[in-house]
Amino acid sequence: MIDVSDLVVSYGAATALDHVTLSVARGEMVALLGPNGAGKSTLANTLAGLLTPASGTVRIGGRLALIPEGRQVFPDLSVADNLALGGWRSGLRDPSSVYRLLPQLAELSRRRAGVLSGGEQQMVAFGQALMSRPDVLVVDELSLGLAPLLTAKLAGHLVELNRTLGLTVLLIEQNARLAFELCERAYVLESARVVAEGECAELADDPRVAGAYLGGAIT
Amino acid sequence: MSAFIGYLLNGLAVGCAIALIASGLVTIYRVTGVVNFAQGTFAVVAGLCTSSLLGLGVPHGVSEVAAVLVAALAGLLTGLAATGKRDTTPLSSLIITLGVGVLAYAVEIVLWGDQPRSAPGLAGSVTIAGARVQTQHLLVISVTAATFVLLVLFFGRTYLGKALTACASNPYAARVIGIDTRLMGLLAFALGGLLGGIAGVLVTPLRPISFDTDVTLIVNGFAAAVFGGLTRPAVALGGALLLGVAETMAAGYGYGSHQLEVALGLMLVVMVVQASRRSTIHQEAV
Repeated sequence: MIDVSDLVVSYGAATALDHVTLSVARGEMVALLGPNGAGKSTLANTLAGLLTPASGTVRIGGRLALIPEGRQVFPDLSVADNLALGGWRSGLRDPSSVYRLLPQLAELSRRRAGVLSGGEQQMVAFGQALMSRPDVLVVDELSLGLAPLLTAKLAGHLVELNRTLGLTVLLIEQNARLAFELCERAYVLESARVVAEGECAELADDPRVAGAYLGGAIT
Repeated sequence: MSAFIGYLLNGLAVGCAIALIASGLVTIYRVTGVVNFAQGTFAVVAGLCTSSLLGLGVPHGVSEVAAVLVAALAGLLTGLAATGKRDTTPLSSLIITLGVGVLAYAVEIVLWGDQPRSAPGLAGSVTIAGARVQTQHLLVISVTAATFVLLVLFFGRTYLGKALTACASNPYAARVIGIDTRLMGLLAFALGGLLGGIAGVLVTPLRPISFDTDVTLIVNGFAAAVFGGLTRPAVALGGALLLGVAETMAAGYGYGSHQLEVALGLMLVVMVVQASRRSTIHQEAV
C-alpha cells in the first residue's frame, strides 16, 4: 500500500531523509519510531505529496490521508466546517458517518475549532482525515501533548478502523510503548536513516531500541 | 444641521468606496499573506473602462458589469505575477504588486491618456432631513451594503468561501487536506480585483478618475484595512466609514485640500499603536 524506495529528501543543503526504504502492506498497521529531528514528519509530508523527493520513489496504492503533527485544525471555522473541508478530495460533505464513529464531535459540531481543548482538536483532525475516505492513514504523533486517557481512546478508534475496515495505518510516534502496543511491525528512523526494522516484539528485545525508546526497562 | 447630514451621507459614500478597496486588500492578505499595493489600480482600470464603454454607447449596467469583470481579470493577472511562481515570499510578492501598479500607469496612459475621465452615474438628488444628497451617493451606499452582505454569505455559507477561510486560517492544514492554496490565492486576487472594480465603477461618476488616482485610493483603503490588522473585514468596514466621514467633514468645514493627510495621519497612528501592541504580545510569547 505504501512503498518507499531509496527516498532522499533535502531542505537546501540539509538532507532530511537519506535513502530511506520502507513498505506497509494493505491492512497492516506499522509504526515509525525516532527522536525529534530524525525526519519522521518529513516522511509524512512527502507521503502526503507536500514535499518533492530529490530522488527515490514513493508509491501509494490508494487514497492517503495525513493527520499532521500538532493538531492542525482551522481555528476560525466550526467543527462541522472543519470536517466538511476534510472531504475536499473525496467530495464527501456530510460528516454524519464521522459523527457515528466519534459521537463527541457531533456534540461539538457548532463550536469553533480554535476554542477546543487539545484532545478535542486532535479528534477533529482525526475526523477530518476520515472525511477524505482514506485507504491509508498516516498519523504523525497521535499522542504528543495528549493525556494518556485521550491517547488510549484515539488509539482505540484507530485499531477499530484497522480491524473492521482494513484501513492501512502508518503510525509515526515518539512514544514507543504505545506504538509497540498497537502495531506488529516498526521502523526506527534516526538522523535521516532507517537504523532498525522488524517485528515489534523483536525490536523491543533489541537493547539499542529498548535503551533509546523504552527507557531501558522492557515491560 | 442639514449641512452636517449632507456631509455625513457624502462621507459615508466616500467611506463605502474606501471599504470596498479595503475589503479587497483584506481578502488578498488573509489568503496569501500579500499586501497588494496594486489594489487601487483595479478601481482605476474599472473606472476608466466604464467611462470608455459608456462613451462608446454601451448601455448602463452592461458597461459597469463589464468594467468590474475587467478589474477581476486584472486582479487575477496581478495574482499570477505576484504569487504564480512557487515559494515566492510575501515580501517579494508585495514588491511585485508595486511593480504591477507602476506598469499599469504606463498601460493606462497609452490606452486612456493622462487626463482625468468621468462617467455619468445616477443623475439627480434627493432631499433627506433638509439635506440635498446626490442619488449617486445613495447608490454607492446601497451597492456597497449589498456587496458586503454577499461577501459575508460567500465566506460564511459556501464551501468555496470556507475553503478560502481555511487557507487564511491554517495554510499548512489546508494543503494537507488537498486544497491548492496557490489556486485559492489567485481566486482571492480575482475577488480583490472584483471588489476594487466595484469601488472604481461607483466612484468615477463622483470624482473624475485618472491613472494616478490609485494612490489616493490605496492610501485610504490601506488606512482602513490596518484598523482591522489587515485581517478583519468588519473592522476595516468600520474604519473605512469613519475615514470617509472624517475626510468629508474636514473638507466640508474648510480643510478641503487636506483629505489625504487625514487618511495618512490616521493610518500612522493606528499602525504605531498596533505595532506597539503586537510587540508586547510577541514578547510575552517569547
